[in-house]
Amino acid sequence: MNREQEIDAIFDRYPPGVRENLTAILQDVQEAQGHLSRDTIVRIARHLGLPAGKVYGVATFYNQFRFESAGKYHIMLCRGTACHVKGSAAALEFLEKYLGIRPGETSADGLFSLEITSCLGACGLAPVMSINGEIHACVDEDRIRSVLDAIRKAEGADV
Amino acid sequence: MNPAPLDWKQELLSVLTHDGIKQEISGRTKELSARLLRLNPPHPVFMVGTATCGLGAGAARTVDAIRKFLEVHNLEGEVLETGCIGLCSEEPLVTVQLPGRARLLFSGMVHELTAPVLNALLIERRTPDSNLLGQIVLEGQSPWEGIPLLSEHPFFRKQTRRVLRNCGILDPGSIEEYLAGGGYRAFAKSLHTMTPSEICDEVERSGLRGRGGGGFPAGTKWKYALNGASDQKYMVCNADEGDPGAFMDRALIESDPHRLIEGLAIASYAIGAGCAYIYIRAEYPLAIRRLERAIEQAKAYGLLGENILDSGFDLKIVIRKGAGAFVCGEETALIRSIEGKRGMPSPRPPYPTEKGLFGKPTVINNVETIVNVPGLILNGRDWFASAGTETSRGTKVFALSGKSARTGMIEVEMGISLREIIEEIGGGMAGGKQFKAVQIGGPSGGCIPASHCDIPVDYETLRDFGAIMGSGGLVAMDENTCMVDVAKFFVEFLQNESCGKCTPCREGTRQLREILEQITRPRSAERGDDALLRFKSVLRLRNLAGVIRATSLCGLGQTAPNPVLSTLRWFREEYEAHVFDRKCPAGVCKGLVRCRIVPELCKGCTACVRVCHHDAILGAPRQPHRIDPGKCTGCGACLSACKFHAVQLADDDERGG
Repeated sequence: MNREQEIDAIFDRYPPGVRENLTAILQDVQEAQGHLSRDTIVRIARHLGLPAGKVYGVATFYNQFRFESAGKYHIMLCRGTACHVKGSAAALEFLEKYLGIRPGETSADGLFSLEITSCLGACGLAPVMSINGEIHACVDEDRIRSVLDAIRKAEGADV
Repeated sequence: MNPAPLDWKQELLSVLTHDGIKQEISGRTKELSARLLRLNPPHPVFMVGTATCGLGAGAARTVDAIRKFLEVHNLEGEVLETGCIGLCSEEPLVTVQLPGRARLLFSGMVHELTAPVLNALLIERRTPDSNLLGQIVLEGQSPWEGIPLLSEHPFFRKQTRRVLRNCGILDPGSIEEYLAGGGYRAFAKSLHTMTPSEICDEVERSGLRGRGGGGFPAGTKWKYALNGASDQKYMVCNADEGDPGAFMDRALIESDPHRLIEGLAIASYAIGAGCAYIYIRAEYPLAIRRLERAIEQAKAYGLLGENILDSGFDLKIVIRKGAGAFVCGEETALIRSIEGKRGMPSPRPPYPTEKGLFGKPTVINNVETIVNVPGLILNGRDWFASAGTETSRGTKVFALSGKSARTGMIEVEMGISLREIIEEIGGGMAGGKQFKAVQIGGPSGGCIPASHCDIPVDYETLRDFGAIMGSGGLVAMDENTCMVDVAKFFVEFLQNESCGKCTPCREGTRQLREILEQITRPRSAERGDDALLRFKSVLRLRNLAGVIRATSLCGLGQTAPNPVLSTLRWFREEYEAHVFDRKCPAGVCKGLVRCRIVPELCKGCTACVRVCHHDAILGAPRQPHRIDPGKCTGCGACLSACKFHAVQLADDDERGG
């Protein structure tokens, strides 16, 4: 299934012209394709009978949507209150240093992308980060290094 | 022999048909329920807590390890994935039910520990001495000798578990188990024996108040919607748990999704809504999966859909995933978000109960408010009101996190003191540190200092002390937490999450942030008039907060100054230390921290060297270390890492620049 067909399949689930489904469509498209491209936004707008600007306006309002592709491993670091008092600021600083990117960016080799999130809801295990949805608990510098080193090794990159 | 699933369904539903709750429950149904609830299973049962927190701690590998152990030793047994019993800091948690015996709860069951514990229990037939938290004795089970009851464990002793009663006990993926435990009987009772207005009345008179923050009486809100003249009404469950530091809604849904569906169904019937929405954060994929499955099961059992239990009542439940905007927790913003628009609030009135989703009367309740409903309807308003205080009835679920020794999800009677929660249930601060403050109510709430923690937890008292009940995040803070930094953290969060529609919130939070940044900026980074401005802006802080509070459009903006005002009220001396002495007493604010190592106390353990990102600590192992002031950025990492109190804040004359 190519990218166009993927979107067609999503449109089949939502009747045309029903605005209430806009967020759900954006979420499904992003889940299938990793991000929202300019063309996709235009297609969604046409499907719902809305100006493309409206669709773009909704997509940019919410933190969840990305307009550039994510890395193969998408890291979300929690910056909630519990994580903050237990040192997530230092974890973020280390992640930025280790990956050489800032939140919202993707590393040059396309392996990692970094995002900060307001709360992952696992505050009892703070600080936490998730990699492709899998939660890693009580992360400090050593733990993050060992997890990321293992990924890079498995991907054949130099550690 | 096990009856066919179809028989189960009829058997379990037989209790619900017509005025079933009054009808004697047949012996056969009781027997089936006991089997489904595994009160006396023929083989060992292992219940592993696999909510997000359990999985984060490695519960999935524990499940595999138990299965493998059973296979290797050729033992019969059932491994079950349940929800969360609440004690997050001790995850992975495993409950073991041996035939005829009381249940044993094991903590910290990482996969490596599984084999030794199971070996002791199943092969050597003795109770293992480690990792055992206590036993739970259920009907007809013989207790273990010399093992304390779990209900006596400090984490559980002061809890009153009403809405959490199934959490960690039942399989959240099984509607049969929920039914066997008495589920959907309150819904059947509502449909068959009560009119919508009777339900609204019962809820109003019980004293149930909204658990999402405001504390508005739930029954009163329902009545407004019920009395609204409209052909279509909507019931909305707000599961957009955006408060950083709160995770009750996630854990509740992951552990007992049917309770939410039952409560939502009763509420929909009470206000006359044929369609209910659950607006849930996309960050909670597991909760969404379990909820979707539970809705499918309820449909298959005829508990959702058309003509439910022959009552003529129809109900459809739709899940809408939030897309990561904190402001969507505000009800008018949430409505716009469900409609597929930018989630921006609008002025009230009109209130949603008058003109809400798609312009129709709509009731929006938080998850915890809704899960309180089945118990209230089944046991009556007097039972509900028997817990709590005069103005705050019932129980409250809190997510306890931060620096306390034990963290997790707890349910306590309203009126319990904060100190009991933090020091008894939470076990004080981890590592024997000094308890300093507790943050309650998320970004709209405030910090309450340890010296005032004997106050009772109820809506009014918390407000008087500058905090709010909020949705129930409790973040414990110790001596190493800087209150100015906490205020800055919340203001940064709120500035990012401000939708930008109204100026006081959009620009005001930005100003607040800049002031707090000025306070925490080191002298060496100040240019021109910066130092003078620092004093001037501190003077303006309270005035600015007042303007933001009075003129913002929605709750986000109106409460945005709370974190600043409450820390300023209780920790003024800490602000003064930052502004005048240019010191961060807790050693958190970078730039204001200069550390030194006391040679007499230093053991040369190198713990500080390992945490220093900047290679600023010099010294050989087992020799006293010292800090290179040229490289030190004052991050304070060494301060927290030293177990011998050898790293200390440097005095004024020792600090450079």
